[in-house]
Amino acid sequence: MAEEIKKEAPANFKVTIDNITIEVAPGTTILNAARQIGGDVTPPAMCYYSKLQGSGGKCRTCLVEVAAGSTADPRPMPKLVASCRTNVMDGMIVKNITSDRVQDARAGVVEFLLLNHPLDCPICDQAGECHLQDLGYEHGKEGTRYEFKRRTFEKEDIGPYIQLHMTRCILCYRCTYVADQLTNNRVHGILDRGDHAEISTYISKAIDNDFSGNMIDVCPVGALTDKTFRFKNRVWFTKPMDAHRDCDKCCGKVTLWQRGDDVLRVTARKDEGGEVQSYEGKPGWICNTCRFDTKNTSDWVIEGPTKINRHSVISQGHYVGLVKPKETIAEVMGGRDPKLLMDIHSVSGVNSVEIAALPGPATSKNFIPESKQE
Amino acid sequence: MGRKLLLDKAHVDGIRYYDVYRREGGYRSVEKALKTMSPDAVTEEVKKSGLRGRGGAGFPTGMKWSFLAKPEGVSRYLVVNADESEPGTFKDRYLMEFIPHLLIEGMITSSFALGSNRSYIYIRGEYAWIVDILEQAITEAKNNGWLGKNILGSGFDCEIYVQRGAGAYICGEETALLESLEGKRGNPRIKPPFPAVKGLWDCPTVVNNVETIAAVVPIVNEGGEEYAKIGIGKSTGTKLISACGNIKKQGVYEIDMTISVEEFIYSDEYCGGIANGKRLKACIPGGSSVPILPANLLLKTAKGEARMMTYESLADGGFATGSMMGSGGFIVLDETQCVVKHTYTLARFYRHESCGQCSPCREGTGWMEKILLNIEKGKGKMSDIDLLWDIQRKIEGNTICPLGDAAAWPVAAAIRHFRDEFEWHVQNPEDCLKRNYGLAGYADPLKVVTPA
Amino acid sequence: MSVQFSEKAMQEVQRLVGRYPEGKHKSALIPVLHLAQQEFGGWLSTETMDYVATVLNLKPIEVYEVATFYSMYNLKPVGKYLFEVCQTGPCMLNGSDDIVAYIYEKLGIKPGETTADGLFTLKTVECLGACGYAPMMQLGKNYREHLTKEKVDAVVAECRNTAPPKTDQ
Ligand SMILES: Cc1cc2nc3c(=O)[nH]c(=O)nc-3n(C[C@H](O)[C@H](O)[C@H](O)COP(=O)(O)O)c2cc1C
Ligand code: SF4
Ligand code: SF4
Ligand code: FES
Ligand code: FES
Repeated sequence: MAEEIKKEAPANFKVTIDNITIEVAPGTTILNAARQIGGDVTPPAMCYYSKLQGSGGKCRTCLVEVAAGSTADPRPMPKLVASCRTNVMDGMIVKNITSDRVQDARAGVVEFLLLNHPLDCPICDQAGECHLQDLGYEHGKEGTRYEFKRRTFEKEDIGPYIQLHMTRCILCYRCTYVADQLTNNRVHGILDRGDHAEISTYISKAIDNDFSGNMIDVCPVGALTDKTFRFKNRVWFTKPMDAHRDCDKCCGKVTLWQRGDDVLRVTARKDEGGEVQSYEGKPGWICNTCRFDTKNTSDWVIEGPTKINRHSVISQGHYVGLVKPKETIAEVMGGRDPKLLMDIHSVSGVNSVEIAALPGPATSKNFIPESKQE
Repeated sequence: MGRKLLLDKAHVDGIRYYDVYRREGGYRSVEKALKTMSPDAVTEEVKKSGLRGRGGAGFPTGMKWSFLAKPEGVSRYLVVNADESEPGTFKDRYLMEFIPHLLIEGMITSSFALGSNRSYIYIRGEYAWIVDILEQAITEAKNNGWLGKNILGSGFDCEIYVQRGAGAYICGEETALLESLEGKRGNPRIKPPFPAVKGLWDCPTVVNNVETIAAVVPIVNEGGEEYAKIGIGKSTGTKLISACGNIKKQGVYEIDMTISVEEFIYSDEYCGGIANGKRLKACIPGGSSVPILPANLLLKTAKGEARMMTYESLADGGFATGSMMGSGGFIVLDETQCVVKHTYTLARFYRHESCGQCSPCREGTGWMEKILLNIEKGKGKMSDIDLLWDIQRKIEGNTICPLGDAAAWPVAAAIRHFRDEFEWHVQNPEDCLKRNYGLAGYADPLKVVTPA
Repeated sequence: MSVQFSEKAMQEVQRLVGRYPEGKHKSALIPVLHLAQQEFGGWLSTETMDYVATVLNLKPIEVYEVATFYSMYNLKPVGKYLFEVCQTGPCMLNGSDDIVAYIYEKLGIKPGETTADGLFTLKTVECLGACGYAPMMQLGKNYREHLTKEKVDAVVAECRNTAPPKTDQ
């Protein structure tokens, strides 16, 4: 009987998201269907990670409205659904940016996520590549309505390579899935519950495994950072270059974050969704040797500048090969300056420097505001 | 006197033990089902009875059972939800403490219907002494041939085990319960898949409340149709109500769903009226998660009809003017009580019990608690009331499991019906520390709005 | 104290594990943690949790994650008698605040504190399913219900004199 049903079902499901119709394979989630369309139609996803089994459903930023369940049962779904964990049906009609309910709920979720999050982007190592920062720009309210003390935690070293700054964590659980699925010896996890839940090792155990560094790449915020990131630099001061080497443990395909000839940091390459890139269907996780211990340019075959088309402040660095976002921040924000997440641009003065126009690699001298230059 | 199907024998001396229970007619439903009925026939009786889940959601039990997937060669499980942690609710405890064999009997019959050879009772960790009572009852049942292999020569095998939790309201949510039973943190699962397809250890599973499973005993004994004759409309059979707060006689009552709320509160057979000669101010009729109602809306619906103790009547008017049957935890507030403070304790409860998986519930519950404490302590602002409303609105419906809704509803209903009490707290920051707002107009007869 | 289950406790572990299908021994974690808390001084030290991990063949983090989730596990030492007073709505309506205040008056401890002699710890907890018998508290395995000042006096006296230690669960 199951066979018959399969035969009758169309090979592809038609789904309409914000009035754009696309055909996708059965079993595709709404989020992944929206990603295939791309652009504004794609809901933001802070916890789902396509390469990590079981992820998603938790942050609620990807909520969408299902205006019609399917051709067979066109009733709307009463509640907004997590697009990352809801599969499309044939004839489904989804509203994301065209739904006021969704916009309202998403603004709520962003406010909740930022409630206990420090508002110190200018000093955060993740500034410029933080998905929460991006989200705050787009949906954040002006100022906070939260008048209570924020939850804080001490910074914690988890092993020689990784630092955990729990205060910034949004409990997306991605790093625990990395530890479970990429290493088979997870030593950190979610402790306590409710608004006291935290990521921790409980007894300051070193995370020691060839693939543990990938936790840094999946962390959507600045909670897990690379301790070997030399001279801790604002990312937009560095120049990302695609590079590779022969590695017996991983794919060896990386992004080198350089300043001059110095390799400040090595990460896996990211795709448009901000996830680790896949090669022939396999996620391009990188090993700790490539990430932490291979920091001479001579160790790598440089392929060229990394294309960055994320809608984030990194792009403000005006890299060669940049796919320039059409809107300015003010346009995205409906004409107003982002208040909540501070004005990184004025803090860093990064907007005043055309990195791509510099003759050589950017150095900190290039960023001293003119007023302070002697 | 209403009919009693579950607790009529609860006070027979020694009913906790097998010999007395059996002498009083216990285990007849197992005999009847295993010897004369097929599993599907038992499910059919439960369907006919109209029994609705007694754990809070009120989902028709027979329908739930018929959804259970039955793939060849895969174990199926019945798990009884004895987590009972919803403030105001203490009925399952009463049943298990006084007449534990009723639950065991219901479980054997239900396990037969569902094909569960290994059934579990998941009981909240604090009910430690009840674990012993249940384990003793299980041992007795087993020694008398009601459990084990080939029960009554029917070929049906069944074992029952008691699993103790360790302090977490969220483990009452059925998927969190299953996670906990698997030895994990009680994080609710993201559905689908539903337990009926992938439940305990990924096998098809039915989770039912203690009272629901106990009700299967009279249903099988008397027949589903007989059971359905009791009650009104879709509220069939009897319901255990645990009544608490400021009433004369707190306790657990079995009602057939034909009486009015007024009768339940004021008659001597039940609560016996408000304690200490005070007047009724407000009531949460179905456990802390359901909307609180002021006295006037509690006793009469917005249409001016007497409100009855049934699923439909308690919900009459929707959230605007009604509430819910919920878990049957009936919490009564007299005129000296402060709705703001009461709401604050509930908000604190939900913050404490949030599992923390999803952001609206994790962050929103704590935020509401803090604002409510401020208002209660005379440190609130008028804008806080609207802020509270906005926060609860953004939690509701946007979370993984219904705990988010459960946290939002009490706050929403308190503001909806008692806004002037909140405002009074804000406007009288010193007074509100010394005295309470009192009854105000909450018991005044309502103008009945007749639809044009 | 070296962490090692007694032979009797070990048999209990075996019984608990035996209640689940092959390979599902992780399900025994929550009951085994109860047992460990009872055996090893009323609380779960890191050492105890690591030991439970070994006994059940789990990763230590799996045990920490669970032990920190549930409110009945004490992760710090507590007094010999733990008074867990419920303070949720229905108990509040019946005067639980007065009971907490009276315990402070009598024993000088606020929620979260232990008396200097290490005998009593006060903890406020959320609804324990005894709302109709309020105010109430949990003491060891049992509930003390319909509390009044006199009853609190009696409970304290009982603990000081003869009561079995609270670890007797
Ligand atoms: C936060 C939360 C707590 C719950 N607690 C309980 C509980 O303590 N006991 C219970 O029987 N059901 C509880 N439920 C309902 C269960 O999820 C489930 O619906 C019920 O056990 C099904 O049994 P029934 O159909 O027999 O009512 C809870 C639900 C939620 C969302
Ligand atoms: S540390 Fe980062 S990856 Fe891990 S849960 Fe927190 S936010 Fe997610
Ligand atoms: S709604 Fe609350 S309790 Fe339910 S999954 Fe989300 S955080 Fe956990
Ligand atoms: S990405 Fe879907 S809920 Fe987080
Ligand atoms: S409120 Fe205290 S036991 Fe329920």
